[in-house]
Amino acid sequence: MTPLINHYAHPTHFMRVSGIALPWLAVASIVALAVALYVSLFVAPEDYLQGQTVRIMFLHVPSAWLALGGYVAIAIASVTGWIWKRPLADVAARAIAPTGACFTLIVLLTGSLWGKPMWGTWWVWDARLTSVAILLLLYLGYIALWNAIEEPTLAARAAGALAIIGVVNVPIIHFSVSWWNTLHQPASVLRLDGPTIHPTLLMPLLLMFAALSLLMVTITLARMRLEILRRRTRMLRLRSAQA
Amino acid sequence: MKAFVALLSRDLGGSQLGAGGLGVLFFLAVVVLLPLGIGPRGDVLAQIAPGILWIAALLAALLGLESMFREDFETGALEVMAMSALPLEAVVLAKCLAHWLACLLPLAILSVPCGLLLHLSVGESLGVAIAMLLGTPAFSLFGSIGAALTLDARRGGLLALLLVLPLSMPPLIFGSLASGGEGSVSSLLLGTGLSLGALAVAPFLSSAVLWTRLRA
Repeated sequence: MTPLINHYAHPTHFMRVSGIALPWLAVASIVALAVALYVSLFVAPEDYLQGQTVRIMFLHVPSAWLALGGYVAIAIASVTGWIWKRPLADVAARAIAPTGACFTLIVLLTGSLWGKPMWGTWWVWDARLTSVAILLLLYLGYIALWNAIEEPTLAARAAGALAIIGVVNVPIIHFSVSWWNTLHQPASVLRLDGPTIHPTLLMPLLLMFAALSLLMVTITLARMRLEILRRRTRMLRLRSAQA
Repeated sequence: MKAFVALLSRDLGGSQLGAGGLGVLFFLAVVVLLPLGIGPRGDVLAQIAPGILWIAALLAALLGLESMFREDFETGALEVMAMSALPLEAVVLAKCLAHWLACLLPLAILSVPCGLLLHLSVGESLGVAIAMLLGTPAFSLFGSIGAALTLDARRGGLLALLLVLPLSMPPLIFGSLASGGEGSVSSLLLGTGLSLGALAVAPFLSSAVLWTRLRA
């Protein structure tokens, strides 16, 4: 297993394999996204309480899973990069971040679009909402730290440390925000997880999750290739400057 | 121990002194500007005073972060410290202590008269001060991680602020909850617990981050 991973963790092999896989993945994610959009917009029935607005949830919920999952993936890639000194893991961590930040933004935007007709307000300082807003802040800090340090290996160490600290900190933030919220206002009756979800609504949700996951993998691979090329260009420039 | 004290007094007399003075000015400016912006009504001011004092203290503490390691890193003094008999964790701890003594201890003391100016009672003002004494060490300790991460980054001070902000939300929440009202004792204990937790974790994390920079 390990030799196999070592083999594909080498940037040259990665570039070759990902170059072959990327067009297929791109086509697959476009098709999957089209199917998932069609099912969630036209096939899925209206909710008897939420009406058409329930369709927002088909985008909102999978985005929330991917926003959180993306941050955890960054942390895992950072640990891998730190312990086993794999540059490709650092490249992956950096490549995931903008997509994860976008999904976090989508969660916040679709959430407030849904909240306006359903709760009657764009935003409440609910523990969950606040935690997601802080997650966006964590993403932005992570991206900014990568951009602020010129030397890639140094930037990888610093950003990796931040990701690991952040992932430990997320539960603490969530706990403290819940504590703060429950003391400041009565427990919210507005809950997303009311009755168990009906299969006709679960189907488009899972389809959309699959489509968005494919899309995230595709974008991440493309960004990883871009980053590797960027690093090679940087090395060439440095070499030609030294010569 | 002697080296620790020497380092502490060096930082207190030098780099942190200016940052601390700036922080005090910032804190006082917030207290004076607040009634001008909100209006002079005593009940409104008293209601928001603990939270505002805490936010002002947090931002003042973040102002002082840039001077924690940066100058020593640029002059090479940090490398000398890392090579000395004192472990780097202890160096970080000394710098955190210097930051807290210069930037946050004066604010905890000043929060008593400032609380009175914002129509808090004597007891409430003392409550804010005690909560700050016990809760704000977490700001310095978590802050050291941000300062270490942004050691040679472009616009490092601003970036450190962005990085430390999420880390300092729990201490801010428990701190301002601890400054009076119901449940303030349990919040005070939780805030103190965060400070102690930060004391146990932050020096090691910060020195690990600093090592990656010093080896390079």
